[in-house]
Amino acid sequence: MGDTKVKKTYAEINAKIKAGEVVVVTAEEMVEIVQKHGPVEAARKVDVVTTGTFAPMCSSGAFINFGHTRPGIKASRVWLNNVPAYAGLAAVDCYIGATECGEDDPLNRVFPGEFNYGGGHVIQDLVAGKSVHLKATAYGTQCYPSNQAEKMVTLQDIPWAVLCNPRNGYQNYNCAVNFGKKMIYTYMGALKPNAGNANYCSAGQLSPLMNDPLYRTIGLGTRIFLGGGIGYVVWQGSQHNPSVERTEGGVPMRPAGTLMVLGDLKQMTPRWLVGVSIQGYGTSLSVGLGVPVPILDEQMAAYTGVSDQEIVTQIIDYGEDYPKGKARSLGQVTYAELRSGEITLAGSGIPEKFRGQKIHTVPLSSMVRAREIAETLKQWIRHKRFVLGEPQTTLPSV
Amino acid sequence: MYSKMIILHFPRQALEKPLVCNLARDFDLTFTILNATINPKKEGMMVLELSGTPQHFKAGVQYLKDHGVEVESVGGQIRRVTEICTHCGSCTAVCPTGALSVKTPEMEVVFDQDKCSVCKLCITACPPRAMVLRPTNGSFKG
Ligand code: SF4
Ligand code: SF4
Repeated sequence: MGDTKVKKTYAEINAKIKAGEVVVVTAEEMVEIVQKHGPVEAARKVDVVTTGTFAPMCSSGAFINFGHTRPGIKASRVWLNNVPAYAGLAAVDCYIGATECGEDDPLNRVFPGEFNYGGGHVIQDLVAGKSVHLKATAYGTQCYPSNQAEKMVTLQDIPWAVLCNPRNGYQNYNCAVNFGKKMIYTYMGALKPNAGNANYCSAGQLSPLMNDPLYRTIGLGTRIFLGGGIGYVVWQGSQHNPSVERTEGGVPMRPAGTLMVLGDLKQMTPRWLVGVSIQGYGTSLSVGLGVPVPILDEQMAAYTGVSDQEIVTQIIDYGEDYPKGKARSLGQVTYAELRSGEITLAGSGIPEKFRGQKIHTVPLSSMVRAREIAETLKQWIRHKRFVLGEPQTTLPSV
Repeated sequence: MYSKMIILHFPRQALEKPLVCNLARDFDLTFTILNATINPKKEGMMVLELSGTPQHFKAGVQYLKDHGVEVESVGGQIRRVTEICTHCGSCTAVCPTGALSVKTPEMEVVFDQDKCSVCKLCITACPPRAMVLRPTNGSFKG
């Protein structure tokens, strides 16, 4: 950054947190502060802005070491409550992925499948303190002779468990509409035919990466709220793509940045890691994620002042285009419009017979929970329970 | 496929007969018994989920009535478990009556029991399974 009127460092902000003098507001509260006082004054007043998001995040899972058995086993296949976990790691390590379905799940054989229990549910059961049935099979070695092991485990007696999500917190996401003639069931929810509804999934002005659109303060080592505990950003997530078209304020107009995050599963809670069943699609895990954004200068204040009126996304047809691998934009809407409950399909990209049609909008990301996360993180910082982590390197930007 | 939840009240004299079993045998209907009790006066009560084609359904219900069984349809038995609901909004995509809707600007999902037609579409559309059929508890009266 060149010359700025306000300049703060992470160390200064953390000193204020420790002294109990820090000023923290949520990203929703910051919208009004910046509108009222302008970015420079807002940067002088506010030290940290907290964000939050809560939605199904499929690229999630947990590494688990379930402890050595007697006699020993080098597990080559592992199941947790009959859901397969990946076991191609050391003897008693495995990875349970959120979208893995139970071994006997009927899947989509009777369409749309219900997907009642999968990896996301196993993770929620573990953090809820429930005991989970573990089964492992092996070919047997001289050092680990067992061929099979079975036991009930709880998160408490597992030696080590880490939530490690390769892609969370998508910065912006599509608005899904079905312009086809048949009802479809997608990872974006149920979409009625003939543009019956418009589903979207972002916390908008509260969303972590919308408040630091060019990733100036987010990267390896950023300390975050994760699943109800404290976690870290460890890398850019899969599909992280900073080079998309952006608004004047730097906000991407379609899916862009993503986060890879990690944290101690033992600190997490079932309120913030919720196993979910997406009809016709599969199982997943709804993850609560919140990132504190340090207001280092007026540019960060301006970024965090972004409102739903200034954030746009693209209308994509999930009836025909998306399944074919085409995700062309048929129109653009703001999050303020989406959150009003109804949008009007407008613009030349919209198929003619639907132009002008008003359709009902469906949020898939919970604003109620996102707000609660931003508020919780604010309280943690205020009460000196949480200090900012200065990133060692920030995420790739433009 | 047509599916509906009904409550059957059996008079004393109808209790002996395999009426419900005949629904499957003679009318090609399938059923799930959700609750069944016999009171001290030896009258029976049963909550059934009955499925089949609309014609078979109608004929089956008529058969029960012809044998003195009182048939009542169940209303308002869908419940939202508020501790499980995350206010994600997914259910509002399928709810045909507007019983489930998003309140703006709070973005809270509200459930208006009075508007619910008990179509049950929300049960499998709700990702964390917060929408449930109200457990019946035998306190039904004829
Ligand atoms: S049962 Fe049907 S009408 Fe009632 S809330 Fe669920 S979707 Fe709406
Ligand atoms: S889909 Fe389920 S969790 Fe989501 S708002 Fe509706 S009832 Fe609540």
